[in-house]
Amino acid sequence: MQQLFNGLLIGSFYGLVAIGYSMVYGIIKLLNFAHGDIYMIGAFSGLVFLSIVSPYIGAGWPALILGMLITMLLVGLLGVFIQRVAYRPMLKAPRLSILITALAVSMILYNTVMLLSAGRYRAFNVEISSESFYLGALRLTETRVVLIVAAFALMFIMHMFITKTMYGKAMRAIALDRDTCQLMGIDVYKIIALTFFVGSALAAAAGIMAGVYYGTIHFYMGFLIGLKAFTAAVIGGIGIIPGAMLGGLLLGLLEAFGTQIPFIGTQWKDVFSFAFLILFLIFKPNGLLGRSESERM
Amino acid sequence: MAETKKKAKLTNPFEGIVETLFRFFENKTYLYLFIGAVVILLVIFPNTSSRFTQEIMTNLFFYIVVCLGLNIIVGYAGLLHLGYAAFFAVGAYTTGILSSVFGMNFWLTIPFSIVAAVIAGLAIGAPTLRLRGDYLAIVTLGFGEITRLTIRNLDITGGAIGLIGIQRPVLFGITLNQISHFYYMFFILAILAIFVSYRLHDSRMGRAWEYIREDEDAAAAMGINVTTSRLYAFIIGSAFGAVAGSFFAAKMTAISPDSFMFIHSVMFLMAVVLGGMGKIPGVVLGCVLVVLIPEVARGIGPYRLLIFGALLLIIMLYRPQGIWPDRPAISSKE
Repeated sequence: MQQLFNGLLIGSFYGLVAIGYSMVYGIIKLLNFAHGDIYMIGAFSGLVFLSIVSPYIGAGWPALILGMLITMLLVGLLGVFIQRVAYRPMLKAPRLSILITALAVSMILYNTVMLLSAGRYRAFNVEISSESFYLGALRLTETRVVLIVAAFALMFIMHMFITKTMYGKAMRAIALDRDTCQLMGIDVYKIIALTFFVGSALAAAAGIMAGVYYGTIHFYMGFLIGLKAFTAAVIGGIGIIPGAMLGGLLLGLLEAFGTQIPFIGTQWKDVFSFAFLILFLIFKPNGLLGRSESERM
Repeated sequence: MAETKKKAKLTNPFEGIVETLFRFFENKTYLYLFIGAVVILLVIFPNTSSRFTQEIMTNLFFYIVVCLGLNIIVGYAGLLHLGYAAFFAVGAYTTGILSSVFGMNFWLTIPFSIVAAVIAGLAIGAPTLRLRGDYLAIVTLGFGEITRLTIRNLDITGGAIGLIGIQRPVLFGITLNQISHFYYMFFILAILAIFVSYRLHDSRMGRAWEYIREDEDAAAAMGINVTTSRLYAFIIGSAFGAVAGSFFAAKMTAISPDSFMFIHSVMFLMAVVLGGMGKIPGVVLGCVLVVLIPEVARGIGPYRLLIFGALLLIIMLYRPQGIWPDRPAISSKE
């Protein structure tokens, strides 16, 4: 039961990052290596914001929620900026070039933060009670409850945004056929920019939540989660938003229960989830929610 | 028409110089004389230089071997590989374990490391390449990290401390243990790698790779099996890396997981992309830059990777074919 809760919580972080990954892949067929670093930048910007405002309004929930919104906005804009400078000129270039560009962006973000944070772990200080209470056999803290509720709320909002609004419809349409969308009068570049904005904002939110959950952040945190988010996206079916959420939750659960198996243990956690990625690629390459794809890209 | 084209090119002074040099070397006699002179200089080099510069040059040759292997995957087949250090680690650890634990002769371990690399390449490449080429990038990235974690957690690989006491190779009764020995060893390997790369490029397989890279659908329509060809590129490239890894283990005699980090994969990729993917002189030039820039400009120290990342971005945005100039009449897709 405890593992179920932990798995869902970690899984919801994976899911939030995986959404951005999956959306960008769906819309411009780019594996955005920098997405994990965006998550890391989100965590660091949240920390910077908190350290600025905490003398005035403390570092409790109000500051945290305000910080999260502002960070989401700023990091979202950063995502749009990166898209405009680095990816948009490459949209017509061969696939290899845009992949290398994404890698370059990731290196720049990662090394900048490494230099700025002097390569050290930073404490993510918040003033939230860490008292635990029990719900049946389940040990909970206020933080964990709020985090999991917030994560699911974000996912729900995202799902509504994609399925019920005009913009969401445009995104889905572009993922199907970009050229036709252009002919139909959709401003494709604007929608791509919006996709980057939303994806980056969600990753930033996940970054801050991870900061609150773990208590420390460091510049290396984005690397593995980028990998996990990709795995989550593949499990759910890449390009499919509900799939990314489902994949993230599932991966979180797999890890939580996988580490309970005596032979595997925590040090093999990442090896375990990578093995799942390979298994999925072999047996179910379109993911759980994906339709079988007839045309090859 | 040709007149205007030339003028446009000459507006960039650097390009002008390169063009002149190129025309000069179009004469085969000059080209061979130049290459001969370079080879002779490199052969007599150890007699005239310090151990430190020999070490750097050995490192350069080593980079050339590794990057030419990576170039088969990235440059020839157009697949992004982000975990090359892992294949390099497979080779190094195969040699390391066989030599230090089982006491096997160094030269006999090389076939084993090739087999290990082929198995690893198949395990990663076969499920991935069947789908989309660009999945490979992230799967290799994952594989690189997983390999490092596995090496760190296993007992037979010596855990985080690594393996020590790998035997020195013996050749014609001489134990290779001086830096100049390794200088020559890697020099010969680099020449071999260049030769093999040229032969591969001109082979039937090499032309298939080029075709797939330029237009996958057209290549498939012409009866080229895209997946199989790519898998060959991936496996041959992996085997290249493993052989380089074996020699690396023999030179260092001690290896640890820290020699096979993501950063190393990125540096190899950097060298391939910087000079010009798919072009052998370009890759050699890239290796020279990647190895020598940090040695010459020691002050950049901590900023090295940031600078390389920015350089990579600029190259991709403004000169995707790399620093080494293209031969004309190669058009890219779309």
